[in-house]
Amino acid sequence: MNKVFNRIESITGNVITVRANNVQYKELAQINTRFGKSLAQVNKIEGDIVSLQVFAGGQGVSTGDEVRFLGREMRVSFSEDLLGRIFNGSGEPRDKGPALTENMKPVGGPSVNPTKRILANRMMRTNIPMIDMFNTLVVSQKLPIFSISGEPYNQLLARIAMQADADVIVLGGMGLKYDDFLYFKDELSQGGALSKTVMFIHTASDPTVECMMIPDMVLAVAEQFALQDKDVLVLLTDMTNFADAMKEIAITQEQVPSNRGYPGDLYSQLAARYEKAVDFANSGSVTVLAVTTMPGDDVTHPVPDNTGYITEGQYYLKGGRIEPFGSLSRLKQNVNGKTRKDHRALMDGMIRLYSSYKETLEKKNMGFSMNKWDEKLLKYGSLFESKMMDLSVNLSLEQSLDLGWEILADCFEKDETGIKSDLTDEFWPK
Amino acid sequence: MTVNTGKVVSINGNLVSVEFQGNVSMNEICFVKVGGTTLKSEVIRIRGNIAQIQVYEMTDGIKCGDDVEFTGDMLSAELGPGLLGQVYDGLQNPLPVLAEQAGWFLERGIYADGLDYEKKWEFTPISKVGDTLRAGEYIGTVPEGPFTHKIFVPFNLLGKYTLKSIVPKGEYTVKETVAVLTDERGRDVSVSMSFKWPVKRAVKCYSERLAPVEAMETKVRLIDSFFPVAKGGTYCTPGPFGAGKTVLQHTTSKYADVDIVIIAACGERAGEVVETLTEFPELTDPKTGRSLMERTIIICNTSSMPVASREASVYTSVTLAEYYRQMGLNVLLLADSTSRWAQALREMSGRLEEIPGEEAFPAYLESYIAAFYERAGYVRLPDGSTGSVTIGGTVSPAGGNFEEPVTQATLKVVGAFHGLSRERSDARKYPAIDPLISWSKYRSVIDSKKSEYCKKMLHHGNEIGSMMKVVGEEGTSISDYIIYLKAEMLDAVYLQQNSFDLIDANCDTLRQRYVTDKLINILGSEYEIDNKDDARSFLNRMRQKFIDWNYTEFRSDAFKKVEAEIDTLYKEKNGNLGLDAETLLKDGE
Repeated sequence: MNKVFNRIESITGNVITVRANNVQYKELAQINTRFGKSLAQVNKIEGDIVSLQVFAGGQGVSTGDEVRFLGREMRVSFSEDLLGRIFNGSGEPRDKGPALTENMKPVGGPSVNPTKRILANRMMRTNIPMIDMFNTLVVSQKLPIFSISGEPYNQLLARIAMQADADVIVLGGMGLKYDDFLYFKDELSQGGALSKTVMFIHTASDPTVECMMIPDMVLAVAEQFALQDKDVLVLLTDMTNFADAMKEIAITQEQVPSNRGYPGDLYSQLAARYEKAVDFANSGSVTVLAVTTMPGDDVTHPVPDNTGYITEGQYYLKGGRIEPFGSLSRLKQNVNGKTRKDHRALMDGMIRLYSSYKETLEKKNMGFSMNKWDEKLLKYGSLFESKMMDLSVNLSLEQSLDLGWEILADCFEKDETGIKSDLTDEFWPK
Repeated sequence: MTVNTGKVVSINGNLVSVEFQGNVSMNEICFVKVGGTTLKSEVIRIRGNIAQIQVYEMTDGIKCGDDVEFTGDMLSAELGPGLLGQVYDGLQNPLPVLAEQAGWFLERGIYADGLDYEKKWEFTPISKVGDTLRAGEYIGTVPEGPFTHKIFVPFNLLGKYTLKSIVPKGEYTVKETVAVLTDERGRDVSVSMSFKWPVKRAVKCYSERLAPVEAMETKVRLIDSFFPVAKGGTYCTPGPFGAGKTVLQHTTSKYADVDIVIIAACGERAGEVVETLTEFPELTDPKTGRSLMERTIIICNTSSMPVASREASVYTSVTLAEYYRQMGLNVLLLADSTSRWAQALREMSGRLEEIPGEEAFPAYLESYIAAFYERAGYVRLPDGSTGSVTIGGTVSPAGGNFEEPVTQATLKVVGAFHGLSRERSDARKYPAIDPLISWSKYRSVIDSKKSEYCKKMLHHGNEIGSMMKVVGEEGTSISDYIIYLKAEMLDAVYLQQNSFDLIDANCDTLRQRYVTDKLINILGSEYEIDNKDDARSFLNRMRQKFIDWNYTEFRSDAFKKVEAEIDTLYKEKNGNLGLDAETLLKDGE
């Protein structure tokens, strides 16, 4: 049944062509090169000319290498055995565990029927005050973390993985530095979260095609867990590398580029992944947090720009902190009304004061004299930044709210906060 | 008729080439047989005996040599009673029915009828045997929700017909024959309550197209008073992400003064559709007192659904809009977002290896956008009544830059432009329509001179504001400073509106007229003010009063109470109406 071909017609970058008949679009093939076996996937058929992208890359592929079509599409094994394991973009183990071949599920499946979704209305706790209190993450939300290279976004993801109240964590690394991969592994095993985590890792030195497979593998596994009533948190880092991998393949195949070399379907491709975030009625859910590095800190770059149109808000990581101004969780209104009654008012009040602090700081830097109110704001700002915004702060929502009141009481009088008096009367620290 | 067939010869993404025998027409629908299913596709290019087709589904698993069956029909929408309240995908498959058949996911190759063939409708004939009829004329009616749904002579019947027979009043399904027509050559045509119409062709069964003059109230002050939209007109709302395009459309879909709203969620988030689906059945339509869902049709082809049917979805939507317009109703079509539709065109164009235009959009982008918006209109129907289709499209320009091709092509053809700006949304000034760049060619619901007066004040205030950034507050004269504060107040109390507050969000024409008069009175007056602090605190107090006023029900006791407070405050500062404002207010009376 398996068809074997011994003649490769052309090799361009990671894409090879063979002459073959009866091949299915998106079918997998195995290619035996002198460096070992690799998977390849059909991505174009023209008559009997079949183009395949080689997962291990085109380097060292010879025109005489053997190509064997497998008669099936890309699949991933799914079972509880996945937990605690690490795989690469082809679904092969990256740790010392056995390869998994049971219960194979297709990847990149169809999208969820919108009428089968339910309105996102459950909070996902992360114990990070800048998230829980100010931009609450909601179960089934898709949010990118906009950042620039050098920011501690992987540290943030690792902390969320350890602290979030999700049943299963699926981590996808794309173009990850090897040290970062080790960092995730160590942090998660030390934090005790490894047993509920599945990792699909592509490091910067691995072949490009595997990078493109990571989100699909991750989301296919996440979806399966969600259908088994699990609340799954998907962490992806870094989606810009994923987009760059797509760009590379598209250019190799001489596709017309649209914007800065990216293929015209960048939006649809990103959306197809992000839209896997879902809350199934009477079943589990998938929540997606994805790091998107902005080349040159430019939010209008095609990758963050298209991402912003797809996702439900964004977290800005800047200077090692989640910025309260650019960050936005569009779904937070769905949940923060029913946490604690002071949540919304305190959130708004503290941000308003922090924004006044920023203005005062600007005035101070320009050499204007500071009045009494300015001094209060300056004190507030520094307390807010060190006690709330610092990434290492680990507090439950209730503790953060209490801390918020303490900071306010430390700096201001009740009526200076602009918060309704029935709330200040009840919550103001005695 | 023999079935025309072909065989797949190449596959590239969702573009498949097919070798065929016989004749194939452009935009014809065909089905690719793969495994146990058939995938719906559309012919988009024909070269020799090779037809290139776009497949409306994922193409995984297709092989060279797979059979393709041509249908001879173009992509059509099924028109008849039972469209209202439905949730369709871009190809008019009802999503709830698909969910019953396939479960959680949109499995490919599963299609369902656009209308319920089992349901019986109460048909009342209008025409009598012997009547001469043309396409688009009514032969009867059925009640559909709050509306009287007209049953037409199908739009695709050309020429004159004579009614040969018609069924008596009674209950029928949409497929049962309700009338038989005889054409000029004596051939009989059976007519049921439903028929198909190719979505890419505009419905032209009207006697004339009229200029759109009557304003379509959206209840958004900034739009109705300053950048109005007319019934039968077109407008676009471009803006960067997070500027509130979707919230604005959502508010419009709830409060707009039209009979029917069609929401085309084209390539956007599924979560937003879920929000509408959850919220609308609970809300009441103020006009009919019934559920808002009964006047709404949702066409949803969200971003992760196949891209070719995203392209079809805007056409399906506008066809349904035209159909209800033919009944003499006012229909509003909201397309969110037209950029995603344009991107769908770009994806196909790229696969067809067409020579790319700007930013790789196809060269025909402009004419396609123009043709789409031209399907809006205010028309006189064969029976003398009027109906309209108003189209409002959002645009999602890359990087929020309005210079890009889709925004520019859209601006050429629409009648009003509501540009959303990042600065305004960052400052939480909602709706974030920037009054300094937006425009409209339609007539305002308030007196146009008053509208101009307010806009001028905004521009003037903005000039002073930018100057103040350079010379500081100290370097600004007190008279300029007061103008600046007045413009700020106008912005805060009239332009900004809370779309989540039931009363503030729903500000009708009468109230807008009343409030602008009051505002012109206040803002057009001179006050006894000696210094800037005084000016600031006075106008801040005034502003607060107006904001409170916005949250009271029009002409209620609370409304009158706040108004009295405003008047008291006005007198305290010895307000003295300026000449400009006085003439303006007199003219209006």
